[in-house]
Amino acid sequence: MLKEKYQAEIDEILSRYPVKRSALLPLLYLAQREEGYVTEAAMQEIAGILKLTPPQVYETATFYTMLNLKPVGRFHLQVCKSLMCALVGSDTVIGWIGTKLGIKPGQTTPDKLFTLSIVECLAACGTGPMMQVNDDYYERLTEEKLDRILADLRQTGTSSLKTGPFMWPEPAKPGV
Amino acid sequence: MPKYEPILLKNMLQPGYAGTLADYERAGGYQAVRKVLGQLSPTDVTGIVMKSGLRGRGGAGFPTGVKWGFLPKDYQGPRYLCCNADESEPGTFKDRQLIERDPHQLLEGMLIACYAIGAASAYIYIRGEFVLGAKILEAAIKDARAAGYIGKNIFGSGTSIDIWVHRGAGAYICGEETALLESLEGKRGLPRVKPPFPATHGLYNKPTVVNNVETLANLPHIVNRGAEWFASIGSPPKSTGTRVFCVSGHVKQSGNYEVPMGITFRELIYEHAGGMRGDKPLKAFIPGGASAPFLTPEHLDVKLDFESVALAGSMLGSGGVTVMEEGTDMVWAALRLMEFFYHESCGKCSPCREGSSWLVQIMRRIVNKRGRMEDLETLTDLCKNIAGRTVCAFGDAEVSPILSTLKHWRQEYVDMIQAAEAANLIRLEPVGTKH
Repeated sequence: MLKEKYQAEIDEILSRYPVKRSALLPLLYLAQREEGYVTEAAMQEIAGILKLTPPQVYETATFYTMLNLKPVGRFHLQVCKSLMCALVGSDTVIGWIGTKLGIKPGQTTPDKLFTLSIVECLAACGTGPMMQVNDDYYERLTEEKLDRILADLRQTGTSSLKTGPFMWPEPAKPGV
Repeated sequence: MPKYEPILLKNMLQPGYAGTLADYERAGGYQAVRKVLGQLSPTDVTGIVMKSGLRGRGGAGFPTGVKWGFLPKDYQGPRYLCCNADESEPGTFKDRQLIERDPHQLLEGMLIACYAIGAASAYIYIRGEFVLGAKILEAAIKDARAAGYIGKNIFGSGTSIDIWVHRGAGAYICGEETALLESLEGKRGLPRVKPPFPATHGLYNKPTVVNNVETLANLPHIVNRGAEWFASIGSPPKSTGTRVFCVSGHVKQSGNYEVPMGITFRELIYEHAGGMRGDKPLKAFIPGGASAPFLTPEHLDVKLDFESVALAGSMLGSGGVTVMEEGTDMVWAALRLMEFFYHESCGKCSPCREGSSWLVQIMRRIVNKRGRMEDLETLTDLCKNIAGRTVCAFGDAEVSPILSTLKHWRQEYVDMIQAAEAANLIRLEPVGTKH
């Protein structure tokens, strides 16, 4: 139950808004953080917290693509396929991932480690091709970089190749 | 490359600048808001912004001071400022840099705007994918609150302003101001019918201003250096100041470039972005994000200001310039953008919801070498019946890739369809509606 575990955080979220319903997206994120996806039980609980009907929660949850209504792998690889990334090779990246992991877009590896999704624009058009893995951006992808990222994720759960804070052009180095 | 003085990117270009509160203050930060709170009335601030000629940097280009002026003067209840950080227009990635590298610049701009419009609460609606940006902003707000710059009785002025970050969850439409408000209220992000406008009936039905990140980030500089200074930059009188243009696609150095409005696309692409990848000829470019109609090499000398781009048949929009080299398949390019719009249509208005599906089906049929010559007429007809017939501007946006590629590269469509016919690959039975 979210309420038992996160009462203080829920109270803090509710304090930001004069109208309770505004806390819906933040609470759905909380539920997703807890289980990896938004469960029906969580939606019902959130409805109770916000004094909404379960369908009011459900209609909102189903509108937003970042809310998973079914489980995803530990690492959710989301590759941008919009025109700007496609111009610089995102389709090739999708092909590489498919070959390396043996999955098609929308599928999860049998060990439940990786899910591959194809998504629309992630606002990293100048540094494409790119993908988002859970909370992190990985940009200017090459096959070699991708191999390292996948190996890093398997071994340590994260990778030093993630990018940000985003800066272009790069600032001059001190003393240069 | 001609050197222009950066305004919004200036701090972050300094060696060692990490965007912390101390960094920002060392660079002169939070002086503008002190001045505003101590010496100026809200009307004075709105007057300065009007005089500067600042226009919204999110896409529509509406004069910022005028927008603020629409708020009812005598309304006693709460008012709100919403910062639109739902940067989701394909081709655009400037707000991300402004947020991640210099968050206090945005916060100071928001404080100034809040004071001008009389808002005690502000929300930054940031696209859900910008997790890092949201964390950076939350940390910056915490620091500013601890320093007494956000919260109750700022600088002892008696004015109280609070700012919160609100993450979206991956819906492009939430960049549309009324959809953003619906989403912030915990609903599906469906645009509202206007009027009434947010200025009178916005967040929680209260007077509200929605401004883009880049618009707000300009405010401290306008206050510090004066409306005349800002109005003299760029392409006065209607396109003043700089813009952070995002260059993507087939160029040598894609990225963000802050330049005065009024330079030409040729200068932006060939001097700032280093020219074409592999020195191939340029075939097409989109001047202002996915919603802006495509332009051709003939338009390279068009100036990057609101009026000139509109005269050339497109729009400056969000400042996202996407460049395509010779050899790019324009029907495929239009389809890729169309797939984006089809995916992101919120479903509220039938012309857009159904039309985007039909457009994608026909475009996929043509690209998959199963097109028919009458498809071109159907496409045009559909586009005409979508544009201008929806609650928000999404309908106009989704037809622009098809209409503009049909205008400039119609022969590519014709060749593709003729090749399909010649290969006798055409299917005469009706194509199913599933996709």
